[in-house]
Amino acid sequence: MADTDSMILAQGLRKSFGEFEAVKGIDVDVRRGEAFGFLGPNGAGKSSTMRMIAAVSPVSSGTLRILGMDPATDGPEIRSRIGVCPQEDTLDTELTVRDNLFVYGRYFGLPRKEVRQRVDELLEFVQLTEKASAMVEDLSGGMKRRLTIARSLINRPEILLLDEPTTGLDPQARHVVWDRLFRLKQQGVTLVLTTHYMDEAEQLTDRLVVMDKGLIVAEGSPLTLIAEHSTREVAELRFGVAEEGNTHEALASKVEDLAERVEVLPDRLLLYTADGEETIAKVHERGLEPVATLVRRSTLEDVFLRLTGRTLVD
Amino acid sequence: MGPESTAPTNPFTGAARVLDYWAIVYRRTWKGSAITSFVTPLFYVLAMGVLLGGFIDGDPDQLEGATSYLAFIAPGLLAAQAMQTVFGEVTYPVMSMIKWHRTYFGMTATPLGVPDVILSHLGFVLFRVGLSCAVFTIVMAPFGVFETVLGAVGAFLVQFLVALAFATPIFAFSAGLKDESPFALVFRLGMIPLFLFSGAFFPIANLDRWMQVLAKVTPLWHGVDLTRMLTLDQLDWSMAAVHVGYLVVLAALGWFWAVHRLTKRMVT
Repeated sequence: MADTDSMILAQGLRKSFGEFEAVKGIDVDVRRGEAFGFLGPNGAGKSSTMRMIAAVSPVSSGTLRILGMDPATDGPEIRSRIGVCPQEDTLDTELTVRDNLFVYGRYFGLPRKEVRQRVDELLEFVQLTEKASAMVEDLSGGMKRRLTIARSLINRPEILLLDEPTTGLDPQARHVVWDRLFRLKQQGVTLVLTTHYMDEAEQLTDRLVVMDKGLIVAEGSPLTLIAEHSTREVAELRFGVAEEGNTHEALASKVEDLAERVEVLPDRLLLYTADGEETIAKVHERGLEPVATLVRRSTLEDVFLRLTGRTLVD
Repeated sequence: MGPESTAPTNPFTGAARVLDYWAIVYRRTWKGSAITSFVTPLFYVLAMGVLLGGFIDGDPDQLEGATSYLAFIAPGLLAAQAMQTVFGEVTYPVMSMIKWHRTYFGMTATPLGVPDVILSHLGFVLFRVGLSCAVFTIVMAPFGVFETVLGAVGAFLVQFLVALAFATPIFAFSAGLKDESPFALVFRLGMIPLFLFSGAFFPIANLDRWMQVLAKVTPLWHGVDLTRMLTLDQLDWSMAAVHVGYLVVLAALGWFWAVHRLTKRMVT
């Protein structure tokens, strides 16, 4: 009996390009209606994984099932039931917004009348109705991204794959995209996205895996990952330019007993603690005078730092 | 819910799904291609066939059976027109679809596969060739260069075969290129010598022995000779079979090479 709620199932999934191994054996199980994320820095193997899931890149080894089907033998069937929003736009810049959606709908074998109706609905959904007759090359980055999302929805996909959906967008455009994706999630579309933005992962995903160097280093909901791998709060301390005998490392050794853990970044110290204000008060009591302090909640960025010793965005 | 999205059952049904794309592209670009498709070949006819031809005796013994120079070069120009249209359509545009606009990547993210996409592009090339060769054939008809109506229709239809024999291997070549610089050589050292020395403008019997052999290996000569047999109503069935066989084999080998090269490029 097939498990009809398993949308994507990967076991020991690997991807090599010649000598280079981009994905080194990962296990993933994405369930129907879930919003699932791959979080990791550039080069973690996220896009390689996504391309295998999208049935456009052959699996090197391990097993992969999309909607219960094998991409090696059922690629076209799989692609007819998923939507793909690639990292690099593949829109036809010399065609109008409407024509881009229309021709794309036709690739899925849908009748013209049906496609026209869906195009109107989707233009409305991504708020591009007024731009329907504009050439794609005249659109802003955020509009192009929304158009790509609309295009990936033309076949009413059961799974929507989004590779870095907001990379390169300004903050306002990102929030518009997030809002649309959140609506899709509420409609029950299974979302699978990759991102190196921890706020994106926190806002959009129910469950995520943290990837680093082709491997999954942690898995869980954003909240459980933070609870497992970080403290409730983080006190950030900024000191002036590091001087001889007063380096960040030296400063860290003076405060390391005040927090569960101390991370030294090039421009600041991070003190992981349950109560940030209290920790900062104690730092001042020791006669240290940071130029600036900040107390914030732990984020997935802290989880990543803890797990890999590196930050997400270089 | 409405109709469901499906996978195509074969490359022909797959390619048919891309028709609307090509129709929109053509509606947008036809004006730009009209000069090279319709007007340039007629300039050649006027300059070479009528004006230059005025200095050449219409001796059938010298001109492979043609009674005028115009009647001799008309089939040559027809086949050359088919070839030139193909060179234009499967070089830079193919690179654009892979590298600059990445259109093929968008297409193959859908149920369409690499063979579907290639077939649709070749279909568009045949459409372009058919249109420009039809215009050429119709305009040439009043000049009396076609001995029979059937021959004119046959000569026109042969151009689809000539086009395919060029289109598939050149498509394959383009599909594997990292950048566009080799195209300049393809045009200068490939297309132009073929155009000049494949029997379109003079009987290849005028060439040295070794150059004749070389000319007979080129696909354009087979296309020109076959076209000329039809327009002059001097069909040599066995030779025609050789021409058709040569062009069909070249088109078929080119097809497999094209699918192989584009798959290797895109499915990584």
